[in-house]
Amino acid sequence: MKVTVKIQRFNPEQDSAPYWKEYSIDAEPTDRVLDGLLHIKNTIDGTLTIRSSCAHGICGSDAMRINGVNRLACKSLFKDVGTTVTVEPIAGLPVIKDLVVDMEPFMEHYRAVLPFFINDDPAPQTERLQSHEDHQRFDESTKCILCACCTTSCPSFWANEDYLGPAAIVQAHRFIFDSRDHGTAQRLEILSDPDGVWRCRTIFNCTDACPREIKVTQVIGEVKKEILYSKL
Amino acid sequence: MSATNSPRGFLAKTISYKGGIGHWSWILHRLGGLGIAAFLILHILDIFMVGVSKEAFEALLFIYHAAIIRPFIWALLFGVFYHAFNGIRIIIQDFWPHMFKYQKQMATAVWIIVLVLVIPLIGIDIMNLLTHG
Repeated sequence: MKVTVKIQRFNPEQDSAPYWKEYSIDAEPTDRVLDGLLHIKNTIDGTLTIRSSCAHGICGSDAMRINGVNRLACKSLFKDVGTTVTVEPIAGLPVIKDLVVDMEPFMEHYRAVLPFFINDDPAPQTERLQSHEDHQRFDESTKCILCACCTTSCPSFWANEDYLGPAAIVQAHRFIFDSRDHGTAQRLEILSDPDGVWRCRTIFNCTDACPREIKVTQVIGEVKKEILYSKL
Repeated sequence: MSATNSPRGFLAKTISYKGGIGHWSWILHRLGGLGIAAFLILHILDIFMVGVSKEAFEALLFIYHAAIIRPFIWALLFGVFYHAFNGIRIIIQDFWPHMFKYQKQMATAVWIIVLVLVIPLIGIDIMNLLTHG
């Protein structure tokens, strides 16, 4: 089938503002948007810049706004997105070129929530065992691939780039509710900052955008409750 | 690299993002809040006019009674009810996170409740306008 791909182009070294460029390609309905973009880059316009690594929905490097909604290009099929497709970079992060954004501000927020295991007890001879029920408490948040689809779909993040954002809160949730971790108080302190969880307005864009189908808003809600009840 | 989060850029992102019912509920919630704030300022102003003179107060009252202004009053009515009931929905979903799976149903329910309340009130107001001018 014929597909028209309308891409937002921007090279900060040459262009004063982003502009749209259309490409017409042949594609199978089961082709992914990523296949279309790579076809454009490889055969029509080599100046198009995109970021892609695993191409199988695991690394999260090809997050972009497709038809107005954040998705992974490698998980979006043309039969689902239609024959006229608009592609833009994810919003709220500085554009380096075309569809590639600078992820450093996003990663800075990720690092801010101490996304690593904290436990100063002497290491046991065997594994630190955990019940199935205890693991289920944070299982949802272990699925995050840090693609930034959630954070860059959040109006609170668009309004205030200091807001930690949904992805960082999901990462914090993964350790806060881990029964083996001892860093909960530190993380709750970080997240109770004015730029922490309280900037979440329960909008649900993050949940809708997550390619891993994490219930992001529910996860953030659980962290909000934990902070509230820890202070009572 | 391009600048990102200017107020103009924020508005452009908000309008262009094709989010679900949650996105549009949030926009409407904010618009309702702005409408309430604007009305509050107007209300403070007209009460202040009582202290200035009876004539000044009555001159400002035309705003509420002029037929051309009534649609704005209806919009405000909708905004007040929407802001209130959507606010209750958000409170419920914040305090009981497991209710998040019913987000779409709850957001739709807010619309139904608000329309059931607002449409008859607008109808009564139109009847009053037609009978009393």
